Amino acid sequence: MDSYAPILVLGVIAVGFAAFSVVFAGRLAGPRRYNRAKLDAYECGIEPTPQPSGGGRFTVKYYLTAMLFIVFDIEIIFLYPWAVHYQALGWFGFFAVLLFLVNVSIAYAYEWRRGGLEWD
Amino acid sequence: MNTLTVAGSLAAPPFQPPDIDYGLLLPMLVVFTAGVLAVLVEAFAPREVRRSFQVGLSLLAVGAAFGLTLVQAASPQLPETGGILVAGGTVAVDRPTLFLQAVILLLSFVSLLLIAERRVGDGSFAAEAAAVPGSEEERQGILAGREHSEVYPLVLFAVLGMLLFPAANDLLTMFIALEVLSMPLYLLCGLARRRRLLSQEAAVKYFLLGAFSSAFFLFGIAMIYGYAGSVRLSAIADAAAAAGGGEVLLLLGIALIAVGLLFKIGAVPFHNWKPDVYQGAPTPITAFMASVTLVSAFGAMLRVFYVAFGAMAWDWRPMIWVVAILTMVVGAVVAVTQTNVKRLLAYSSVVHAGFILTALAATSAQGLGASLFYLAVYGFSTIGAFAIVTLVRDSQGEAVRLDQWRGLARRSPLLALSFALFLLGFAGIPLTSGFIAKFAVFEAALAAGGTPLVVVGVLSSAVTAFFYARIIVVMFFTGADEPAEEPGSGAAVAESAHAQEAAGGVSVRTRPAPAVTEAAPQVEVVKPGLLSQAVIAIGAAATLVLGVVPQPVLDLATQAAQHLFVR
Amino acid sequence: MTGILAADSAHEAVERASTAAADGGIHSLAWLLIAFPLLGAAILLLAGRRADRWGHWLGAAASLASFAVAVAAFTQLLGYAPEERSRIVPVYQWISTGSFTVDVNLLLDPLSISFALLITGVGSLIHIYSVGYMAHDEGRRRFFGYLNLFVAAMLTLVLADNFALLFVGWEGVGLASYLLIGFWQHKPSAAVAAKKAFVVNRVGDFGLLIAIMIMWSVFGTVAFGPVFEHIGEADQFTVTVIGLLLLLGACGKSAQLPLQSWLLDAMEGPTPVSALIHAATMVTAGVYLIVRAGLIFEASPVAQTTVAVVGAATLLAGAIIGCAKDDIKKALAGSTMSQIGYMVLAAGLGPIGYAAAIAHLLTHGFFKAGLFLGAGSVMHGMNDEVNMRRYGGLRKHMPVTFATFGIGYLAIIGLPPLSGYFTKEGIIESAWLRGDAFGFTLAGIMLLTAGLTAFYMSRIMFLTFFGPKRWAEGAHPHESPGSMTIPMVILAVGSVALGGLLVLVFHFAEFIAPVTGAEVHHFNPLSPTGLVALGLMVAGVAVAWVMYGRAPAEKLATAPRGSVFTRAARADLYGDALNESLLMRPGQRLAHASVAVDDHGVDGIVNGLAGAVRGLSGRLRLQQSGFARSYALSMFFGAALVVGAMLVVQL
Repeated sequence: MDSYAPILVLGVIAVGFAAFSVVFAGRLAGPRRYNRAKLDAYECGIEPTPQPSGGGRFTVKYYLTAMLFIVFDIEIIFLYPWAVHYQALGWFGFFAVLLFLVNVSIAYAYEWRRGGLEWD
Repeated sequence: MNTLTVAGSLAAPPFQPPDIDYGLLLPMLVVFTAGVLAVLVEAFAPREVRRSFQVGLSLLAVGAAFGLTLVQAASPQLPETGGILVAGGTVAVDRPTLFLQAVILLLSFVSLLLIAERRVGDGSFAAEAAAVPGSEEERQGILAGREHSEVYPLVLFAVLGMLLFPAANDLLTMFIALEVLSMPLYLLCGLARRRRLLSQEAAVKYFLLGAFSSAFFLFGIAMIYGYAGSVRLSAIADAAAAAGGGEVLLLLGIALIAVGLLFKIGAVPFHNWKPDVYQGAPTPITAFMASVTLVSAFGAMLRVFYVAFGAMAWDWRPMIWVVAILTMVVGAVVAVTQTNVKRLLAYSSVVHAGFILTALAATSAQGLGASLFYLAVYGFSTIGAFAIVTLVRDSQGEAVRLDQWRGLARRSPLLALSFALFLLGFAGIPLTSGFIAKFAVFEAALAAGGTPLVVVGVLSSAVTAFFYARIIVVMFFTGADEPAEEPGSGAAVAESAHAQEAAGGVSVRTRPAPAVTEAAPQVEVVKPGLLSQAVIAIGAAATLVLGVVPQPVLDLATQAAQHLFVR
Repeated sequence: MTGILAADSAHEAVERASTAAADGGIHSLAWLLIAFPLLGAAILLLAGRRADRWGHWLGAAASLASFAVAVAAFTQLLGYAPEERSRIVPVYQWISTGSFTVDVNLLLDPLSISFALLITGVGSLIHIYSVGYMAHDEGRRRFFGYLNLFVAAMLTLVLADNFALLFVGWEGVGLASYLLIGFWQHKPSAAVAAKKAFVVNRVGDFGLLIAIMIMWSVFGTVAFGPVFEHIGEADQFTVTVIGLLLLLGACGKSAQLPLQSWLLDAMEGPTPVSALIHAATMVTAGVYLIVRAGLIFEASPVAQTTVAVVGAATLLAGAIIGCAKDDIKKALAGSTMSQIGYMVLAAGLGPIGYAAAIAHLLTHGFFKAGLFLGAGSVMHGMNDEVNMRRYGGLRKHMPVTFATFGIGYLAIIGLPPLSGYFTKEGIIESAWLRGDAFGFTLAGIMLLTAGLTAFYMSRIMFLTFFGPKRWAEGAHPHESPGSMTIPMVILAVGSVALGGLLVLVFHFAEFIAPVTGAEVHHFNPLSPTGLVALGLMVAGVAVAWVMYGRAPAEKLATAPRGSVFTRAARADLYGDALNESLLMRPGQRLAHASVAVDDHGVDGIVNGLAGAVRGLSGRLRLQQSGFARSYALSMFFGAALVVGAMLVVQL
């Protein structure tokens, strides 16, 4: 238990420092002059995305795109290790990945045929 | 990078491709291939031919898979006392699994018949699932006579997951099976043709809570892996036996995995989704979930608790006892004041899950055999009962309020008689299959020292018999014009509960639901199409035959369970 | 019993046969007896309108096929030595889990096969008769389905080798009877009658059910063999209770006092139904039960005496009701009650009466079925008129009906050498030979009733077929078609010959003795009781001739006000009023009282329990709020509960 004591102490100091600098330091030291740009959601000069009135929801198209992204994102997770070790994995690995790709492309074909890729 | 690769290849033994016996996986592969083909059909075939093609394809695939399962069960390759591990030990093929898979495929086949029914109210599935309910787009879809045929590939994928779930021999495979079976179900729940908001609400609820429970399950896997260093069921059993059990990490793991599985079977206190989802989902899908999913989830639960945690039975048995008692009591009691036929059947399904849990707690071959038999028997009656629910309709679709079923016997005696038969089966009246099944599970529980469980079980059976009898009374002994006895009569509590429940239904709705409580429109009993007729006939025949001549199937289940699961 | 044995050397004791397993032959196919009509019923009820054209023939064929099997089984049974004539036919094992096994077996022995022959034989004739009788009815196919269902259930009842299966058949015939009485549901009276039969029968069924449960708890089995074997080991009180409860069951099914009231109303059903179910077969199930469970009654003198008393009371009451009814079917129904009273009385006399009871049951099955079919034929020709005061002089217009009905009439009043003479005489003499005051009293009542029987049956005969015409306008009586008259002729032949054949040629008492352990009693044609009975019969006919045979039309056309007795008899001896004032009113008062003491009485506890469940249910329902978030919360707490339950064990 003794060996953990320094870490504990360090942790307490870190929390204390963070709390002080975020909560109190700004109040004590910083100047308070607000303008419109500063009150925007992202204070970096970019106009926030115009939002439909009433709920602040994104249209369903964003979700479609996001899902498509995730499908291909996951594909990469399988493809990358195979690519790195593809010689060791041999024909077994090759056919396994090929099968996987075929299946993914079938799903992709379905989305394409049913108009999932059309923006409007 | 280069050095890292070399180091890696030095440390690990050279890669050995696993030896996979595809022949033993054939039933699942057939269903999977059919599902993929079905997606292609959806993508490329013209709309007119899609539906008939899909129906044929899915029935063929499920039927073929059933045949292959029978071939496997009869094949000499399968050892008499054990089973075979396939695909590097991730999938087990043994007698209990084959029994479960055969039942799953058989029940899926019957469910598919019901799903394919289009004679009754233009079918049960939405014309344009993506269209906003009540929109012009939806109206046009209905006018064009459309119906989503994506239902069939979704069902096939769900069946695939259900086949794999009880066969999975390690926890990760089991988790994947769980997701494969759940995802299509979430979607299917939202595809009702009528009362679409209710249906979509059910789908969202099921999805949210299902994801929540999956998280518990996954968390449990992590705990178990931390304890045993493996996700293989047999390795977990070995590790627990070596350590003598009792470690908090292991117990936590068991508890969390149990939560995930108990959610799927709908045991109290993880049952809340059941009434809402069963009510909202298209009725054929409800039938599918209430029968096939229950079989599959119980199969997986039996395997995990018998194989991986079998040596730890003393640790988890009290927990299962508590859950089983809660399930039987709460399910039966709440069902008493239900006024909606679908919700009532949902609560009845909760109670039945409790009955099967009593056999699970027995941890014996007898308990396993009794559970297998119960699952098969209950599945057939359930599908039949829901098939009848699809036929009693008013202008808004199915008439599910109990008071709308008054005097049903006078208008269609055969239908009312079949429904009464199913209810008597659920209640466990002698000469129906339910009696034998209940008898078998209670006897197994008694033999394993579960007397308190059986006492509670019998008492809650009596309570359930009361509300089943009430439906029969409503159908047979009240006229359509005279007021039926209101179940919650007088009790202000029940009244407010009803209001609350009705109000609760609108919680995530963006606008008021179609008023459920307005004056009763004309209720009519639709003439069943050939498919529905077949489904009801199969269900009724199974309920009756398995009650009068149960021995062959009972023997089959007992023999399948004799040597438990393969390790 | 031994006293009687010693007193009369005409009786010889016969050992009861022990039961052996069936050894092949047609016996192993005995299940076909039940399977044929059951299959017929299933096809007829499920096939829908498709079967309308040929359905009735299928129904009749199913019944005939069953009859053929019964005859074959009977022949094979005769081939065995008398003490080997009790055969168990295993059908299948119903359930076998762990230590608990229930077998479904059929029992073929002289008693059950006699019933099987009666049921399928008379049943087939009535099926054929119905083809003509129901020709114009839309529901003919359904009617035949129910008839087949009845035959299957009745065969299950008599062929069962244990009380549980017997009860299945018992309920089955109750259901079929309910469906058939209410067959013409559009008539409110038919619907009410069906409901009444159903409810009254439930009272009896409860008795039987409780008796079976007591047997199960005392003996651990409900199979006939073991129960009868161990009956001597149970204490007297238990046996008496079982016996009385069985009697209650028998009273419900056989319309004996005090559960007699449904039978008269049951005449609302189609006439073939009245003939088959409410005269020939189902109503005799009570007699079957008492004879089958004879050893139980012999073990309890109290129960046995009660049986005889109930039989005697019903015997008299039925005859009195029969004297006053103007509705031809109700008069015959009163007669049925009375005749079954004879059988029950005989069954209450112990082994000596069993053979007489069953023999009379068989002959009664023939002549009473014949009489009902004759009544149906008359109604068929008279536009469904049932009031006998609207008949008269029909013998010229319906000669075949007149002849067959007349033979049935002569048989039932006991004219030698027709059927009724032999079998009724057997019963009266059985009572007489008891030799004690009780036996003489019973014999006296039976003799008196024999006279009454002759009177009321002659009344029916004269009012219907003789005397002046009193027809309603537009009545054109005509003879019925062949499909109806041929069964009537066959039944008439049976009514003539069966009794003599059974008693003199076949020696029925000896045939059935291995089952009942009866002391065989040889028929004595010149017994004193027989002569007295003949005399009273002649007197009864003579009185009826004076009152109804010679009277002018205007006197017969309207019912006289009648004496107090007549009016009482017309009102079913105030059976319904009695039921109402003795059972329903006090019941209602009790109900009111129990509401008053709601919080204190048992009623209160039961209601309280139900209320508590309901209240709890309502409260638990609140938890089903419909909000996914609260469901998730309850899942979370549930997970905590599960984890807690796992960890608590470790402490």
